[in-house]
Amino acid sequence: MGENSESAMQGKNFYESGGTRKGILSWIFTTDHKRIGMLYLASLFIFFTAGASFGLLMRLELIAPGKTIVTASTYNSFFTLHGVIMIFLFIIPGIPVSLGNFFLPLQIGARDVAFPRINLFSWWLYMTGGILALLSLFTGDGPPDTGWTFYAPYSIRTGTNVSLAVFAAFILGFSSILTGLNFVTTVHRLRAPGMSWFRMPLFVWSLYATAWVQVLATPILGITLLLIIIERFFGVGFFDPSKGGDPILYQHLFWIYSHPAVYIMIVPAMGVVTEIIPVFARRTVFGYKAIAFSSLGIAAVGFFVWGHHMFTSGISDTSKAIFSLLTFLVAIPSGIKVFNWVASLYRGSIKVDTPLLFVISFVFLFCIGGLTGLINGTLATNIHIHGTHFIVAHFHYVMFGGTAFAFFAGLHYWFPKMCGRMYSEARAKTAWFFLFIGFNILYFPMFIVGWQGMPRRYYDYLPMFHTLNLISTIGSWILAAGLILMFVNLIRSITKGEKAGSNPWKGTTLEWTVPSPPPAENFDEIPVVTHGPYTYE
Amino acid sequence: MNSANFNSTATVNNVFLFMLVISVFLLVAITVTMIYFVFRYNRKKNPTPKNIESHLMLEITWIVVPTLLVLAMFYYGWSGFKFMRTVPEGAMTVKATGRMWSWQFTYDNGIKSGELNVPLGRPVRLLITSQDVLHSLFIPAFRIKEDAVPGMETHLWFLPDKAGEYDLFCSEYCGVNHSSMVSKVIVMTADNFEAWYEAGEKAEGAKKEAPVPQGAQLLEEKGCLDCHTTDGTIETGPSFKGLFGKKTIVITGGKEREVIADDMYLKNSILHPDRDVVKGFPDIMPSQEDNVSEKEINEIITYLKGLK
Repeated sequence: MGENSESAMQGKNFYESGGTRKGILSWIFTTDHKRIGMLYLASLFIFFTAGASFGLLMRLELIAPGKTIVTASTYNSFFTLHGVIMIFLFIIPGIPVSLGNFFLPLQIGARDVAFPRINLFSWWLYMTGGILALLSLFTGDGPPDTGWTFYAPYSIRTGTNVSLAVFAAFILGFSSILTGLNFVTTVHRLRAPGMSWFRMPLFVWSLYATAWVQVLATPILGITLLLIIIERFFGVGFFDPSKGGDPILYQHLFWIYSHPAVYIMIVPAMGVVTEIIPVFARRTVFGYKAIAFSSLGIAAVGFFVWGHHMFTSGISDTSKAIFSLLTFLVAIPSGIKVFNWVASLYRGSIKVDTPLLFVISFVFLFCIGGLTGLINGTLATNIHIHGTHFIVAHFHYVMFGGTAFAFFAGLHYWFPKMCGRMYSEARAKTAWFFLFIGFNILYFPMFIVGWQGMPRRYYDYLPMFHTLNLISTIGSWILAAGLILMFVNLIRSITKGEKAGSNPWKGTTLEWTVPSPPPAENFDEIPVVTHGPYTYE
Repeated sequence: MNSANFNSTATVNNVFLFMLVISVFLLVAITVTMIYFVFRYNRKKNPTPKNIESHLMLEITWIVVPTLLVLAMFYYGWSGFKFMRTVPEGAMTVKATGRMWSWQFTYDNGIKSGELNVPLGRPVRLLITSQDVLHSLFIPAFRIKEDAVPGMETHLWFLPDKAGEYDLFCSEYCGVNHSSMVSKVIVMTADNFEAWYEAGEKAEGAKKEAPVPQGAQLLEEKGCLDCHTTDGTIETGPSFKGLFGKKTIVITGGKEREVIADDMYLKNSILHPDRDVVKGFPDIMPSQEDNVSEKEINEIITYLKGLK
């Protein structure tokens, strides 16, 4: 992989040119989008590790019926913290703030994002929110125990430290809105000459669609969480019926944000997948415009399907029918993407390196997640599986098998560009094997146990559910082994890996035209773009 | 599909099967094609790729066919759901009340039960509500579920078509003991049900005439023991043992104060539990105003006095 390495080290890369500040200060006060991307990457890694640890502890508790390692109230805080951390601190910011921050300006031929200082401020808000969320564990009357959904009136009445956790999510929302604004402006204003909309890499399209959702949907979460805090402190009855409030109103407000948020999580992952397939198939992507428009389609229709989280909540049957229909419509653009990805392999010249391996498994796992999503969206079947482990399996297939696998694919794909070095391919594939096998052993049994009727968020369960829960827990250990192998390989390769050169994969998008790691302002001279992003002639 | 509907179990199973067949077919087709391409167009075998940017007919096909497919799915799901929401005539009505952390089923003649007893072959309509936070009534065997929302009445119906005992869960997270909010549906023959129903009615009638039953039994019936114990162990709320006459620190309107647990305090704690909350415990107990009568409260307090 050492080809082109002679061209890689002309001038200083962005690690060497940190501005006037030294050491840690040159990082936490940087306005370089690449440094901010790396800051986010490190922060995401820390929060992901925390979230995964809570997940593993939950699985350990569920290895057998009855009490295994912790009490019911501790278990309830585990799943709350697991959800809050994984959703608000890992998967929502996830790909956009790390890979997006690093590669969006590079891919459109810009020197930075539109508002570099706001970009840094977003990271500060993110860290503040993250630290407050972790603080809620150790302060007040015990860690929050409401689940990440903070459903009222329980979240109003519980004595645990809900207010702080809710406030943390409130702050994280602002971080998300600012990142969205920044990306929308960057895409509109900073494209290199000749980089027309349909010459943009599809990863940029996906970030653009996502950024709009962040800007438009997140304020609703902000106001909802604020109402909870006001109700908890001042007893104003918004959601608690004993004070004249309405618990179903809370669910509407919560899901008006949190369903579009699902697309904040998955659309950038789809962008990463679309970026990787042409490079490893050495051919242009199939149906560029269909993929670009389907990103926008998902983002737009995604605003109107929130009610499918409420099919058993007591809302009117007519509204359930409408939400179910709209839910099916949002499946169509996702389907288009899958077909386009598969077609993009046709008559390519394919090499299955680690990034493509993760992408292929992404497509498989995402299909399972998506197809079971159709079963959830179907009214008759939803009633039975709503609130069971079937749902837990479904969203882990989409979020972990989908988004996280795509994130891992992107990490491996862009690792040589970000770090200037290559990881061990053999170790990466071994790690993938453990991840893929462990993932399926962990989550597939949950479909069955959920269909059999085991509700989610259960600390204890009937003996009939034991075998499948045991299998699931064993899977969690295999998955954890895969994660450790993968992270050790990547972290070790930051310093120990072979020099990678500027374009080890023969990518055709603009980030591969600059040295690895890129210099502080990316391009000596802003490139002039004359053709589409995936041109292999 | 409608003709096959006779109860919710078959309805949901049929729709599920329909979905599952299509899903498995699509999953296998996509995965096999993808893996075939990866091997067939491997770089060793196929060093020169061919760029294909798009193919209009193919793209139209894979927009139109999936659209028709999902519309069919929607239709089956919706028609099954309509059946599940239309209560047949002659259904027996039972009121179901969720509370932290047990269910209470109330029948037309006033009997209350912690388990759902129903006669074989007669449709049952459940009117569901909650005394405190959200719960969800879930009977996996009949594939039905609906939330119990405080201040609101929701409904479900099902046809108990086989005698036996079936699990009943709470499937909306409701606090510490959410996973122990588990009960049973007991489907019995019409004769057995009649006998149970009448026996219950007599007992209920006897209760009304005779002095209210002993406090111990009331604590059980009213759900108090879901959170409070009589042996001194602390669960979700303070224990009843040795409570009467004890000095207790409570939070009133945000301020701590010390009270003696006397008759007035106990009565107040049952009717307005949010006014004085014992320090160290969450303010989660719902008011029992509609759950207990004046007479029953006195009976309970008398019993608590004796719990040394």
